[in-house]
Amino acid sequence: MRGMYTLFKKEIWRFWKVSFQTVAAPVMTALLYLLIFSHALATRLEVYPGVSYTAFLVPGLVMMSLLQNSFANSSSSLIQSKVMGNIVFLLLTPISYLEFFLAFLAASMVRGIAVGLSVYLVTMFWVHLPLVHPWYILGFALMGSAMMGAMGIVAGICTEKFDQLAAFQNFIIMPLTFLSGVFYSIHSLPPLWHQISRFNPFFYIIDGFRYGFFGQGDVSPALSLSIVALSFVLISVATLQLLKSGYKLRG
Amino acid sequence: MMTIPAIKIEQVHKSFGKLNALRGVDLQIEQGEFFALLGPNGAGKSTLINILAGLMRPGSGHLSVLGHDVVADYRKARRLLGVVPQELVFDPFFNVREMLRFQAGYFGRGPENDPWIDEVLEGLGLTDKAYSNMRALSGGMKRRALIAQALAHKPPVLVLDEPTAGVDVEVRQMLWAFINRLNKAGTTIILTTHYMEEAQTLCSRVAMLKQGEIVALDSTRNLLNRLQTKQLRLKLKGPLPQSLLPLKRGESGDYVTLNLAATTEVEYILAELRAANVVVEDLQLIEADLEDVFLDIMGNHR
Repeated sequence: MRGMYTLFKKEIWRFWKVSFQTVAAPVMTALLYLLIFSHALATRLEVYPGVSYTAFLVPGLVMMSLLQNSFANSSSSLIQSKVMGNIVFLLLTPISYLEFFLAFLAASMVRGIAVGLSVYLVTMFWVHLPLVHPWYILGFALMGSAMMGAMGIVAGICTEKFDQLAAFQNFIIMPLTFLSGVFYSIHSLPPLWHQISRFNPFFYIIDGFRYGFFGQGDVSPALSLSIVALSFVLISVATLQLLKSGYKLRG
Repeated sequence: MMTIPAIKIEQVHKSFGKLNALRGVDLQIEQGEFFALLGPNGAGKSTLINILAGLMRPGSGHLSVLGHDVVADYRKARRLLGVVPQELVFDPFFNVREMLRFQAGYFGRGPENDPWIDEVLEGLGLTDKAYSNMRALSGGMKRRALIAQALAHKPPVLVLDEPTAGVDVEVRQMLWAFINRLNKAGTTIILTTHYMEEAQTLCSRVAMLKQGEIVALDSTRNLLNRLQTKQLRLKLKGPLPQSLLPLKRGESGDYVTLNLAATTEVEYILAELRAANVVVEDLQLIEADLEDVFLDIMGNHR
């Protein structure tokens, strides 16, 4: 147990030591999005009745930051220690593959939630958000960060170089998060894109999370939470299989 | 009751595609030994160590550390083993002390382990670098930090894979003094090295590995005795007498080198020289060293 806890603690420290890059920078990015999009669109758009576009945007940006940073934490930590070679000092320890998974996952969740929460707290200064279903908010935050933390572990294990990881991030994670309804309701999309969006698990995370704030969304939050939980379980099972087999870690 | 061996390796095979890196290695290392694993590049030394450490899985066969199988009972086996990797790897985020604390923590050791970490830092001359970031350390310092990292959880068996590669003489001597002290205190030491004189002066027993097989396994003394031939270097005033030509091994500058099957032959050679009226200006008796034995054994198994 102490081995796993130490690894978790080390992972937290790792991002906290460079918190300007890992926490402050993503918060800044989210605020810029908020500033620009709300300035450009606030007067023209009202997605839900009685909800300003700026307010609509905030939960999306909070969740997007949370997802991207959960993913970034486990994936960049793993790829770094693989490229540097110091992952050997982790592989020499009695830490089991399950403990390894849980430690990286938990640290990713902490980073994702820390960034998401920071974005939320900063926007509170000028955007008023209701909190209709706080348990849904918490549920989606936990599930979303866990899913992305696990995905980050997969990406960290499977890629061998920084540019491969960057490709994974820019060509898979970024489009999926941007096209998940962070900036718009999918009901505003043409029918084809509307249908395609429904296959994007990120859409359900964003929609359900937003439901937690406003009490309204595009699909039922219970359905969304089930889909997200199922996605998390599937990815976790795959990740654990990878770790158990020692794929790219133990020869 | 028999004591449990520090390391027991039984019929270990490992192949990478078509390459048979290890072909049935058997090796037993007793507790408290200072053991050398020698072999040319690609002989399988690092593969064997990686399998022992759990970084690779054996194709077949069994390995155990103090009686604990490295696959089935890996948690116990790894707690008992410290490994110093060959490459200078480090975590750029942390200072030396943080890194050592984390490393001990991975093995389940908490604050009660801190005095031991201080001891290791002291012994390796790292005390004043304890709060330096790993990035800021020189090559020799990084090497010492790696050794400290392998020792953080106080393992009874320590494996050093080429620990002195690229380390200057002063640091090398300091490292060996420290490792000798560990060995005296009961730690089993297993070492791979390219420096034969290191193995010769430090290790009580030696295994030589070639193309995935152990081709020699004996005490350092016995291996040295195995090469009976000593050499006699002579500086002569005059030519070598005809009768001694069959013994001639080589010539360099003013010196001629003769092979000796036994030390007693020296008398015969000197008698022959006197009979031929050749004056001996200088004379050196050269003993075989581990390098000769190594080259001899590697040559015989070609």
